[in-house]
Parts: sequence; structure tokens; C-alpha cells
Amino acid sequence: MRKARNTRIEIMTNPSQASVASHAPAPLGGSLITPTTLICGVLIAIMLAVLAVRFFLGLGAVTNLNDGYPWGIWVVVDVIIGSAFACGGFSVAMLVYIFNRGEYHPLVRPALLASLFGYTLAGAGVIFDLGRWWNFWHIFSPSYWNPNSVMFEVAVCISLYIIVMWIEFSPAFLEQFGKYEVKKKLNKMLYIFVALGTVLPMMHQSSLGTLLVVMGVQINPLWATPLEPLLYLLTAITMGYAVVLFESCVASTGYRRKLETRLLTPMAKVMLGFLVAYLLVRIGDLVVRGALPHAFQASLEALMFWIETACFAAPLLLIGSEANRRNPARLFLAGMLLMLGGALLRLNGFLIGYETGDGFHYFPALPELLVTVGMFSVEVLGYIIITRRFPVLPREATTH
Amino acid sequence: MSSRRDFIKGFFASGTALAAGVASEPACARETKKLAPGAMGLLYDATLCVGCKACVSACKQANDNPPEFSTVDQLWDTPLDTSGHTFNLIKMYRNGTMEVKDQELDGYAFMKTSCMHCGDPSCVSACPVSAMAKDPVTGVVGYDPEKCIGCRYCVAACPFGIPKYQYDSPTGKIGKCELCRHRYKDGRYSACAEVCPTGATLFGKTSELLIEARRRLALKPGQRTKFPRGKLGGPDQSYEAPASKYLQHVYGEKEYGGTQVLKLSAVNFQKVGMPDLPENAAAALSETIQHTLYGNLIMPFAVLGVMAFAAKRNVKDDDAQGEKHED
Ligand code: SF4
Ligand code: SF4
Ligand code: SF4
Repeated sequence: MRKARNTRIEIMTNPSQASVASHAPAPLGGSLITPTTLICGVLIAIMLAVLAVRFFLGLGAVTNLNDGYPWGIWVVVDVIIGSAFACGGFSVAMLVYIFNRGEYHPLVRPALLASLFGYTLAGAGVIFDLGRWWNFWHIFSPSYWNPNSVMFEVAVCISLYIIVMWIEFSPAFLEQFGKYEVKKKLNKMLYIFVALGTVLPMMHQSSLGTLLVVMGVQINPLWATPLEPLLYLLTAITMGYAVVLFESCVASTGYRRKLETRLLTPMAKVMLGFLVAYLLVRIGDLVVRGALPHAFQASLEALMFWIETACFAAPLLLIGSEANRRNPARLFLAGMLLMLGGALLRLNGFLIGYETGDGFHYFPALPELLVTVGMFSVEVLGYIIITRRFPVLPREATTH
Repeated sequence: MSSRRDFIKGFFASGTALAAGVASEPACARETKKLAPGAMGLLYDATLCVGCKACVSACKQANDNPPEFSTVDQLWDTPLDTSGHTFNLIKMYRNGTMEVKDQELDGYAFMKTSCMHCGDPSCVSACPVSAMAKDPVTGVVGYDPEKCIGCRYCVAACPFGIPKYQYDSPTGKIGKCELCRHRYKDGRYSACAEVCPTGATLFGKTSELLIEARRRLALKPGQRTKFPRGKLGGPDQSYEAPASKYLQHVYGEKEYGGTQVLKLSAVNFQKVGMPDLPENAAAALSETIQHTLYGNLIMPFAVLGVMAFAAKRNVKDDDAQGEKHED
């Protein structure tokens, strides 16, 4: 009886909806051993083997990092791009709790879960890449701090955010383990963590862009601007919504659930708002700095710039009209393109547009790629396990 | 509804403030730092360098660095660039028939590659754990492996490509010239300057080295003059030789606000591998942005306050709803 009553205290659910109970998150159930999870397992095992070599023989043994390119895909893809992909939780939570758009509530938990994994793995990825990882704790010890360092801000902020996110997500675990009293207490404090969960990503996602500034003339003018923090923040938010679109489509196909276009269509509109703001700042900045001529040179940088820009511009055409925003295929494609665009903005700034002198080249080595693939597998596997065993996805009559 | 609009407005207003703060010269803009009066450095005069690489070998010895090979027989230390194990290198510029030294066309020239000991170093600004630090008196940019986490942001940040990580070791360190600061206590100085037979690499106070550099630029090509060797102001080891046809540019006097290592050359500096840098250091811009956004954490706490206020209301709404359902 008590349990039945308590399950109705859906503190994280949306007040404006009559059908609260029917949309409350619930575990999906089902087997954990499927072809997908098995493949993930194999890829993770390969990653662990590569990492063992890395920790025994050094970074050079498994990566193509060199004196000219000290950062490769472990930093740029796993951490810088990976954490931006993990902005879904932040973007949706902001919509629900800050802008009070309760109707999006069912999206919060799945998005937060993906973010939790994305960030936790980005944090782990940093450790693999650190050349002197056993000193990592120096980041948390004031006697070592350098507040002038953008890297310092990023490191502290990401670490805090990972903790905050686990707390934000903990109601799902508490529900599953029947700890309703704890959950109720936590809910009284939750707003603090929700607020922190909005401010911290704003801080470090913008700072990830600021990382480029101190590299100065080494960065191609197409990506070297003091407005870097704003560009990275706006794209991180856009990518957050794009990832939610993407994941909702994948989850609905994978788990054969109905796609929540009712929520995704208006959310896509919010996303387009941020996208337009981004494009205005981006193009305005290029014009004001006089960097635009660099986009018309016969160079890899110029080509990549146009691909990146096309990825950002195409969604305006794809889902610019309300009718098109109801089309799941278009939503999915627009989401993918915006994820790609944001990823390219980062890849271009940190690798393609980074010129450190003649004679240096970088392309990831196979073992290096296998680690990135392995990290992605951890994410997929974790998502499957948690959604099948914990109340994350909204309950649905046709759930398998 | 109206309060939601207020929040949206507030959000975009803070976004605009952020943009404006970064784009305009904010109140807390940090100027590019000037050199300390006691700044020590080197003067490298490419026209005096004979390419003997005595300095490369002395640098290896002074820093206990192993040889690095680029030839099949592996007989001599033959690094092709500076690395985690090679902190100093003489590189050669070649053009056409390579007939005349210090000539851009059909000529050749040398250039030393080692840390410039910037007045406002990007590597120091970048390092999250203060492992790269500038000595307040000598201005020497030193590295402390005990502090370093190996993030290699300093490697990415340095415009001269100087700090390098030792990728070949599971416990790799960053390797870079520290102006031989470990030798000062024995009354020694930079090994590269100590062994240089022609005085092409000269150790001294940067302010005095700059005066010496300007003196050389003022000479007529071919005019005989005295060139000091070793340490400027140390025991006299000078010799007489004709002055070369210098470019009228002391590299390092203005670049990134000034570096403690200065360079003279007869061949265009970019052609011999020295980047064309503005007078304002990238570190100054980076730190200006950093402190505009996070100075004393004012902005983060202000935004946090707004967010907490909004979240408290909206999360509580959920709560109240839950209680109502309960009845
Ligand atoms: S040359 Fe590079 S390593 Fe040396 S002080 Fe300047 S930024 Fe640092
Ligand atoms: S690699 Fe070491 S010295 Fe360089 S920035 Fe990172 S912590 Fe500092
Ligand atoms: S000062 Fe010392 S460490 Fe630096 S280049 Fe000269 S010999 Fe090498």
C-alpha cells in the first residue's frame, strides 16, 4: 500500500499534464544479452587491451601523437566533442526547470542518462590521455592551482559537473531500490543541483572554446576568435537538443516504441532558435575580423569550413517549417547534421586548423581509434543496461 | 507565462553581456606583461653561427639527455627537431646552389631552436597546475615534473613549438630548455653559450643583450668590431671580426611583448623558422577572457543565482503537484 502510494509522488514529473502516471519513467525490462550488447562487450575488451599497452609502454606505443600534434582524437573527439554530445541533459533540463516548460519532462531522464555517460567517459578519457595521470589530483589541490589557465577552469568544472549529474540522476536509482524517503529529501535540495547542472556546463562548454585562444597564431583565422566561448556555448546547447532528437529516434527504433514527436517537434523549434543565434554570431564574427577570405582559398581548411557551415545551415531548410518539423525522418537528419556540424567546428579548430610548423602530420593510429570506438561502446552498453533495468524512459503501453 | 518570457529574455541578455564582455575591451583587460628588470636570456646571432652544433651536444650533456638517431648507422646524435629529449637544435636554411652564407637566394643560414623564455609565456598561462612557471627574478621559464599532469596544453600553446612530451615512456615528462637554471648555483650558465666558439650564442641579462644587439645592427656591413663570447659581462673572451649585413630586426624585442632570448639574422626570420608574432601576447587575451567570465566567480554566481531561483520554483511546482496527487 505504502509503496503504491509513494510511486504516485512523481516529483520529477510534469505538473501541467493530466496523464502524469502513464508517462512516468519505468524500466524497460528485457534481456541484456543481445547482438548489440555482445558486440559492445568485444569492442570494450579490445579497448582495455590497447589501454593496457598504453599504460605500460607510454602514449607513443598506441597513438600517432607527435611533437607537432600533442592532442589527438582522445582529447578532441572523446573529450571535447564527446562532452558537447553529452549536453542533452543540460539543454533539456534547462528547458524544463529554468524556462519552466514542464511538457518536456519525459525527455529529461533519458537525456540526463546519456549526458551522465558522455561526461563520465569524457572524464575517464582524460585520464587515458594524461601523460602524468598519477598527478591528476593536483587539479583539486589549491597549492597547484593556476586560475589563469583555461585548462584549469575546464578540468575543475567538468569534474564538478560529473558529480552534480550523478546526484541529479540519482532519483532513478533511488526509485528502483525503493529508497523513497531519501528521494524525497533529495528532491527538496534538487533545485540546487539542477541550477548547478545548468551553470557548470555553460562554464566549461564555453571554456572549451577559449582553450584555443592561447594557441594564438597557430589557429587558422577561420576558427581563431575571442568570441570562441560564445560559439562553443551556443553550439553545445544546439548539439544537446540535436542529440536528444537523435537518441529519441534511435531509442524508438531500437526498442520499437512510438516516437514522441509531440515533444520533439516544439523542441526542434527551440533548437533552431539557438542555431540561428549561433549562425548570426559566427558569420558576423568572420566578417568583422576580416577572416572570410580564408574561406575562399584552395585549402583543406576552407573545404572543411564549408562542410561545417553546410551542416549548420542545412537544418534550417530541412526543418524550417512547422510541417517539416513533424516529419521524424527530417528531425533525425537535422539532428545528425547539427551533431556533425558541432563536431566539425571542434575538430576543425583543434586539429584541421591547427598549424604548428612544417613537417608535422597527424592521423589517428588504429589502436587510438579502437579506444574511441570502445568508449562509444561503453556508452551504448551502459545506456541499454540502465534503460532496461532502471526507470528512465517514459512508460508506454506497448513497451517490450 | 510572462515570467517564462522574462527568463528567456534574461538568458539572452546574459548571452549578449557575455558577447559584449568578450568582444569589447573589458575593464579587467590584462596588458601583455613586460620583462622583469633582472631577466636573463641569450642573444643568438645567426651571422656568427658556423653550424658546428657544439651547443647541441653541450645541451644534451648539461641536461642528461640521451642521443636521438635519424641515420641508419646510429653513430651520432642526429635529432631532426627538438623533442622531449632534445632541448636545443641548430637548423639550416638552404636555397638553390647554397653558395653564400646568410643569403636568402642561392644561400644558406643557421637558426637556433630553443625556448625563447617569453616575457608573457603562453605555456605558463596554459598550465593548469603551475608546473610551468616563470622565475620572478630571472624570468626563466622552468618546468616541474613533480607538479605536471601531462596534459600537454603547454605543448599546444607555445607558438615556437618548444615544450615537447616524451611519448616513448609510460612516465614521460615535458622536455624544454630551462636556460640551464640548474647550473647557476655552481657559477655556471647556459651550456650552449659556454661552449659556443664564435659567440653566436651569448648569455647575459636581456636588457644588456638588447643593447649589444642594437650595437651590431648599427654597424656597417664589413666594419670590424669586437664580438664577446660566453657570458656578456663575464671574463673577456672577445675577438675581432667584420660585421655582417643584418636585417634591421631584433627578433624577440617586440614579439608577444618581448622574449628574453633575442635573435639576429641576415635572412628573413619566417624563412628560418621563426613565426611572425604580434606585439600582444596570446596569453594576455586568453586571460582577459578567462577573468572577464570568471573573475572572482562573480558571473558564475550571478547566473547560478538566477538559475537556482528559477529551478527552485519549477522543481517545487512538481513537488506540490506530487503532494496533490497523493490526497
Ligand atoms: S618559447 Fe614556448 S616554452 Fe618557451 S617560454 Fe615561450 S611559450 Fe613557453
Ligand atoms: S603538460 Fe604539464 S607542464 Fe604542460 S601544461 Fe600540462 S601540466 Fe602544465
Ligand atoms: S640554455 Fe641550456 S638547456 Fe637551454 S638550449 Fe642552452 S644548453 Fe640547452
